[in-house]
Amino acid sequence: MQWLPPQASTYAGDIDFMFWVILVITGIAFVVVEAALLVFLIRYRHRPGRRAHYTHGNTTAEVIWTAVPAVTMIALGIWSGRVWAEIKDRDRMPTDAFEVAIEAKQFEWTVTYPGPDGVLGTSDDFAVRNQLHVPVNRPVKIHLTAEDVIHSFFVPEFRIKQDAVPGMTIPVWFEATAMGQFEIGCAELCGLGHYRMRGVVTVHADDDLDLWLSAQTADEEAGT
Amino acid sequence: MTTAAGHGQADAGHHGLSFVRKYIFSTDHKIIGIQFLFMSLFFLLVGGLMAMMIRWQLGYPGQPLPGGGGLPETMAPGGVILPEFYNSLVTMHGTFMVFFAIMPLLVGVYANYLIPLKIGAPDMAFPRINMASFWIAFVAGLIMLAGFFVAGGHAAAGWTSYAPLSARPDLSGVHMGQVLWLVSLIVLGLSSILGALNYITTIINMRAPGMHWFRMPLSIWSLFITAILVLLAMPILSGALIMLLFDQTLGTSFFSPPEGGQPLLWQHLFWFFGHPEVYILILPAMGMVSDIIANGSRKPIFGYHSMVYAIAAIAFLGWLVWGHHMFQSGMNPMLGTTFMISTMVIAVPSAIKTFNWLGTLWRGNIRLHTPMLNALAFVSMFVIGGLSGIFMASTPVDIFIHDTYFIVAHIHYVLFGGSLFAIFAAIYFWYPKMFGRMMSERLGKVHFALTFVFYNLTFFPMHFLGMGGHMRRIYDPSEYEFMQGMQGTNTLISIAAFLLLASQAPFMWNFFWSLWKGAKAPDNPWEDNGLEWTVPSPPPHGNFAKTPTVYHGPYEFASPLVTEDYLPQSRPVPGAGGRAAS
Amino acid sequence: MSHAMATNAGTAFEPGAGVYDKKLGMWVFLGSEVMFFTALIGTYIVLRFGAAETWPLPSSVLNIPVTAVNTFILICSSVSMVKAYAAAVEGNGKGLRFWLLITVLGGATFVGVQVYEYMQLVGHGFAPSSGLFGSTFYTMTGFHGFHVSMGVICMSWVTVQAHRGKYDNGRYEGVETIGLYWHFVDLVWIILFTIVYLI
Repeated sequence: MQWLPPQASTYAGDIDFMFWVILVITGIAFVVVEAALLVFLIRYRHRPGRRAHYTHGNTTAEVIWTAVPAVTMIALGIWSGRVWAEIKDRDRMPTDAFEVAIEAKQFEWTVTYPGPDGVLGTSDDFAVRNQLHVPVNRPVKIHLTAEDVIHSFFVPEFRIKQDAVPGMTIPVWFEATAMGQFEIGCAELCGLGHYRMRGVVTVHADDDLDLWLSAQTADEEAGT
Repeated sequence: MTTAAGHGQADAGHHGLSFVRKYIFSTDHKIIGIQFLFMSLFFLLVGGLMAMMIRWQLGYPGQPLPGGGGLPETMAPGGVILPEFYNSLVTMHGTFMVFFAIMPLLVGVYANYLIPLKIGAPDMAFPRINMASFWIAFVAGLIMLAGFFVAGGHAAAGWTSYAPLSARPDLSGVHMGQVLWLVSLIVLGLSSILGALNYITTIINMRAPGMHWFRMPLSIWSLFITAILVLLAMPILSGALIMLLFDQTLGTSFFSPPEGGQPLLWQHLFWFFGHPEVYILILPAMGMVSDIIANGSRKPIFGYHSMVYAIAAIAFLGWLVWGHHMFQSGMNPMLGTTFMISTMVIAVPSAIKTFNWLGTLWRGNIRLHTPMLNALAFVSMFVIGGLSGIFMASTPVDIFIHDTYFIVAHIHYVLFGGSLFAIFAAIYFWYPKMFGRMMSERLGKVHFALTFVFYNLTFFPMHFLGMGGHMRRIYDPSEYEFMQGMQGTNTLISIAAFLLLASQAPFMWNFFWSLWKGAKAPDNPWEDNGLEWTVPSPPPHGNFAKTPTVYHGPYEFASPLVTEDYLPQSRPVPGAGGRAAS
Repeated sequence: MSHAMATNAGTAFEPGAGVYDKKLGMWVFLGSEVMFFTALIGTYIVLRFGAAETWPLPSSVLNIPVTAVNTFILICSSVSMVKAYAAAVEGNGKGLRFWLLITVLGGATFVGVQVYEYMQLVGHGFAPSSGLFGSTFYTMTGFHGFHVSMGVICMSWVTVQAHRGKYDNGRYEGVETIGLYWHFVDLVWIILFTIVYLI
């Protein structure tokens, strides 16, 4: 058994905090309900000669237990909406990000890097299978699409998940806060090899990333 | 006109019927309900066995399934489950459980059996359409089973069949299986719609005198509202299935992006049906549990009116929340926020119902008979399922737990912990009426205790897998490093799941043994107030010798007007008048 | 029906919808049908807006004059359905049989012309596999045609029953019930014709 994985992106903490808050709220509700249930079962168990209290309800009680959940839920909703917008609102994504394109297909992730000119969609772009290399402490923006069926881009440590849909290009961003390697999983059933559609994100220090990128470009030139 | 015979000459026609007309092509709602019971229990077992195979692969990846040597090479050579078969298993487990087990158990069995009996009607409004409804569902079940025997294997795109995987044989490797899956569900949809129109018409037009709307038991209220949901939601699914079928067979391009089709359209259509469907699977359970909890507590249900309004509110809001299945789908994120708010609101009526059940227990005189134990398990497990739903409702938290085992845990807490415990409660409660014999209380309690324990051991740890990021529908989790540490939990879950299946043995024994050997059931073994308990067990064709008159609400337990602690709805009491409608 | 019978037998039910079971059942069923066509029409709207630039002009593909005449025929069959119902209420068996026959013929003609239209279109290379317009066109009009065909079959049965005297003496319920269905199918066609052929 384990709790949430280590946090390795800027918003992982926000999501985890919400998770714990909801766990506390639902935990209280859970304990209250189950405890009341058990207490009533014992206290009001059948005994010969007893008779239940004849009542059809109590409006005050019902108003209270309607209002309390309603207020809690709406407050949770409003708060969630703010965190959500920070992560997924397409108009609010970081503009100074390191940009790559990922095309998912059965059963691999093709990562396209901008090449020496630093701009995606130009002729010096190059692609690598299942290897996403990104800088630490700098926003990364992914233009996510799929070639064949729906896949879902998932990096547990970054707390990011986004479906990749054929015919759509969906922007996704994150900012890694820890260097090292993390796994990319596919979270949407995409066919026979869904279970092994695994990629790896490598988070580099800025200089290292440049080194890696130029090494790739060099390989590519050597190869042609 | 054709239907009149079934009504007017209720008893008269019964004895002259041949065996075939009486038990096979019967128009009697009770027989049809029992037919649905046997059919859906069979499919419950089929779905359960598939779950065992899934759990075997997850608990012991790559090891030969015990007894699996008999499976064909295309599924499990040497007993080792193949990935393609695994995907089919995942798909068909969900399909059979949702469409052929839980839904017919709730709507097919208990809507059929209970509605006429509880509202004081001799039968359904359209008995022949009712019969057709069962046999069409039966054919749909056969078509669905046939999918296992065709080349390419059965459908393997998940029970939600997301396009384009489900639309493109070249990408899924499955053609005939998917086609049969689609045809089967289209046929089943017709059956459900025919059933629903019968239930709605019957409840509106055939209530016994005195059975005002607000004297109807909550089971009937919930089945009525469920029937409306079925009526309006199933045709949406049928439309979507037909388009997907055409994509598979005629070369249309509804969901195929290269020709301009939209994969997300399938999801919108599916979940526009699918979320009302979720409530179709839980509302009747809530209604029947309400009946049983009032009975077990020997006390009127707490807040009858707000219970009715809560059911109606859930049914209405259920149409506005479908997008919460699609937060990470690529749908506009701001639309996601709207769906989150409506989803948060829908939690409120569920909370009201839970508190009202607790209110019913409060100062009751609680008899812990087997139906009551299962009904209480429903309440306590539904609470877990409902609360875990709040995690996914919160869009940012959903980013992480979407499509992980957290969702699997949630759906099983609602559908097994919720619906299935309610179904067990209903089976134990109404069995004496259906078959004229009592089930063994002792075996029932053994079954309940074992099921409750192993059910929780199976599904609770799934929350932790989900928190660790364990994705759904993964054939071999060890492919990922981050999931390798979870193998122990997976094995534990699998062992618990096998024991959960084994725990159903006392139930099966009890069910079939009691058919012949159970003690003869009196008319009203649970001392309940419903009209069904005023007629013999089992009731004759036509139900009531004389149409009953209703004087009270359904939950007049511990009424000060009588010395007994229950007051049947049709028993006149001087001075009770309309007051007792609560 | 049963309701009425039961009432005659001396047992009163609670006040329900105020209409007999068959009629209520048909209304409920049509509610379901509305949702079915909503799914198809909604899909059409979504896909068309999603591909507005590449969507062909309907008149460049479809033969609108022929279908306009066909639409007129279907509307006429709705009128004859009303006449049949009126005859049934009056107990005019001869009128009932005549107008039912006209309705059956109107419906059958509509389906026949639709089959002819399909053959022409497929001959010109416009098939269900012809992109989104082909997909939606054939699915929507095809399922409408299926509904008309079912209606024609049921209506023929009603006509046979009318000859056997089932609706004599003002027992109009069966005729009214199928009439509801017929008018509904007609109404759906007017919507489909407008959005698929004209807009």
